Parts: sequence; structure tokens; C-alpha cells
Amino acid sequence: MILTAPLAALGRWVLAALASVGRVTLFALDALSHILRPPFYPREFLNALMNIGWFSLPVVGLTAIFTGGALALQIYAGGQRFSAEAVVPQIVAIGMVRELGPVLVGLMVAARVTSSIAAEIATMKVTEQIDALVTLSTHPMKYLTAPRVLAGLITVPVLVGVGDVIGIWGGFLVGTGQLGFAPGTYIKNTWDFLEMADVVSSLVKGAAFGGIATVMGCYHGMQSGRGAQGVGRATKTSVAAAAVLILAANFLLTNLFFTS
Amino acid sequence: MIELNDVHKHFGPKTVLHGVNLTIPKGESMVVIGGSGTGKSVLLKCILGLMTPDAGTILLDGQDVARAERDAFLARFGMLFQGAALFDSLPVWQNVAFRLLRGSLARPKLEAREIAIEKLRRVGLKPDVADLYPAELSGGMQKRVGLARAIAAEPEIIFFDEPTTGLDPIMAGVINELIREIVVEMGATAMTITHDMSSVRAIADKVAMLHDGIIQWTGPVAEMDASPDPYVDQFIHGRAEGPIEAVR
Repeated sequence: MILTAPLAALGRWVLAALASVGRVTLFALDALSHILRPPFYPREFLNALMNIGWFSLPVVGLTAIFTGGALALQIYAGGQRFSAEAVVPQIVAIGMVRELGPVLVGLMVAARVTSSIAAEIATMKVTEQIDALVTLSTHPMKYLTAPRVLAGLITVPVLVGVGDVIGIWGGFLVGTGQLGFAPGTYIKNTWDFLEMADVVSSLVKGAAFGGIATVMGCYHGMQSGRGAQGVGRATKTSVAAAAVLILAANFLLTNLFFTS
Repeated sequence: MIELNDVHKHFGPKTVLHGVNLTIPKGESMVVIGGSGTGKSVLLKCILGLMTPDAGTILLDGQDVARAERDAFLARFGMLFQGAALFDSLPVWQNVAFRLLRGSLARPKLEAREIAIEKLRRVGLKPDVADLYPAELSGGMQKRVGLARAIAAEPEIIFFDEPTTGLDPIMAGVINELIREIVVEMGATAMTITHDMSSVRAIADKVAMLHDGIIQWTGPVAEMDASPDPYVDQFIHGRAEGPIEAVR
């Protein structure tokens, strides 16, 4: 009994975790199916586009420019150890486009958008607004989830593209203003080194992270418990889950794109 | 007509509905009374399909609601929620006209707005409220907007979930009168759940007492005060002593 108790506890934990994965997967598939089937709610979709895309631009831009600048400084300082300072433009470009751009934008969207979606939907659940939607013949998955997930799938790759460019520009500003690179050479080295596969992988990661961030916000909002505590827990869990899943998906996608 | 036959519902080990039988004739106003936590809201949500009963059948005009086509079924209902449940992100008129702006009952925006303003006027609100957001309204005004939304599509059946909770006695009286007027005017079938006895007397044609998961008594509101049922007697007189256990 003493020996089997920990195993039983571990088994229960594993089963609960697998059940959670199953529920989230079914929810995501349901959301995707509602994106494809009418009725559609274009006004809700446009609102979601603005909230997820347009209003995330300042935070994405600031994150990217500082990260690009810091990356240039780190590569220059590290490169000096083996006389490789000249690779700053290339490494900033590849680092931003392949990794830091998508991951940082994904995490920023998780912090800003996932939390907001989860809190909004959880509050709607607690105040019976979701029940009210049903009584008004409106499917909550169609009205609340599908427009947000579709907007996430479309806007986050765009945000990643913008973040990549601004991040490279941050590196350019530091490289040319502080580290003595010639502007023309810096741009040429960046442009020559980047490949289409780098850009495609960046945008695919953006779409995946946008899907994860919005699905987790909607799922945890819909599953919220009662009261302020329920809303708080839904918000916290959604952000933590989205961040971890984004990092895990980043690893899987990097493996898929770059280790063949 | 709405008929509930032997409806059961439990949450984990807790049984909330233990075989509810109730008939609400067409065009009548039924008020279900009972203490907090006795399953009144669960009963209402089971009829609307927001919750699925574990056993039993719910019939609407002889048709099992579990097998009914959802949109057509829900189009027959209007509902006033306990906290009004207005959509925070939409202005008042879009809340009222929600059903008229989308789905099978959709109509042009201007027409929907006109209907919304007319319904707001019907519940005693001025047209300038139409462009405010729910957060800018008092509790009583939110209830009125909720009522306007419930009647916007002229439903055959209207449900009222604790319509006077959180309102002062005067505003509660106003809402009760409005509900009664509207139900009579529209000839709608109404089901109200409440523990406010002033609401019961103002709204009900018939009363049903829910306790321990079953309907303990049902009858015309005029016979309620003379009911020999000890549960009804204790509840309507608000006595601490009686078959309903009062937690102190």
C-alpha cells in the first residue's frame, strides 16, 4: 500500500493531464470547425483583428527594437573573443527571424491578448452573459471563440513579420551608431544572409503561436469557475499555459524546419 | 404548454432535482418559489437546454425539447436573467436588438434600432439611454433593459430569473408591474423563479413550491395563503420553524 500510493497518485496526475490535453484539443478542433461553418460574425472578427493585431503593435515594436539592439551588443561582445565581430548583421537577422521574433511576439501576445480574452470570456460566463447568448440563439463558440482564433491565426504572423523587421532595425541602429558598422554593409550582409525558409518558418511559427494564444484564452475563459477568484484563476492559467505551449511548439517547429 | 415529467438533475453527489413534475399551461404565468439553492435556476436552465437533465422529459407543446431544432426552439423564448446579463461591449440598443441584428430574425439596422427604442420606451426608459453602455446604467435600469431584450422579438414564452433581486422595494414593484403588464399584453406564457413574495403576488396566475428537489405544492396564487402544505405555509410567512430547515 505504501509503495503503490505514490504510483497511484502519479497515475491520477498523468490521467488528469492527458484528459486536459484531450479537452483542449477537442476545443481547438471545435473552434476551427466553427471558423469554417456559417453563420459568421464579421463585426466580432474585425474587433478581434484590431484588439489582437493593431493594439499589440506598440508592445511588439518596443520589445523587438530593444531585443534587436541587445542582440547586436551581445554578438559583438561575444564575437570579439574569437575575432568574429563582423557577423553581427547576419546573426542579428537570423536570430530575430528564426527565433526571437516569433517567440517574443508569441509571448507578448500571450501576456496581452490571452489574458484579456480569458478575463473577458470568464467574466461573461460568471455574469451569465454566455447563457444569455445561447438563449438569444447565438452559439458562444461561433460568436466568441471562432472570430478571436481566426484573428490570432491571421494577425500574429503579421506581428511577427513586423517584429522581425523592427528587431533587425534595432540591431542596425546599435551596429551603425555604436559599433562602427557602415550602414550599407550592414544592410547588404543582413539581406544576403537571410533565406526564404527563415522568413517562412518565422511566419508559420507566428500563426501557430497566434492559434495557441487565442485558443488558450478562449478555453480557460469558457472553463472559468465562479466569482472573481474563478476569473483570476482562468486568466492566470491561460497565460501560463499559452506561454509554455508557445515555447514547446517553438521547439517542435524549429526541429521540423531546421534539423532535416 | 410546457410539461416537465420526472425531471432529475444532480451535480456530483448532490441531487438538485429529484423528480420534478410541473405543467405550465399556454398563456399562464407560473411562479416557482423556493429557498436559495433549491434548484429553481437549474430547473429553468434545464427547460432552456442550458443544462441537460439526467432523467425525465421536458415537453414544449408536446414536443421533447431535447430533440427540438435549437434555433427554432430558442426563437420562441425570451429570458430576463437575475443580473440582467447585458453584454458589456455593446450599447444598450444593440443589447435589446441583439436577436434582430443577426440570425433568422435579422432585419435592417435602422429598423432594429427603432424596435429597440420602442421596447425601451415600453419598459419606461427614454430613447437617450439607447446609446449608453450597460456599465453606465443603475441596477434597476439594467433590469429594464434586460426586460426589453427579453421581449424584443415578441417571444411566446418568457422566463424571469429572480427579476427583483438587488432592487429597492419601489423599483422591485415597478419591475413586477411591468412584467405583469407585458405578459398580459403579449399573451405570453411566463415562468418566473423567485423567493420574493411581493413578486409572486404581483406576477403569478399559478404558484409552484420547489423544495428537496420536488414540487411540494402547486395551485392558483389565490389559494396560496390558504394552502394546507406546511412547506408553503412556512415559506410565505417567512417562519424559521417548520419542515424547511433554517440554517442559523
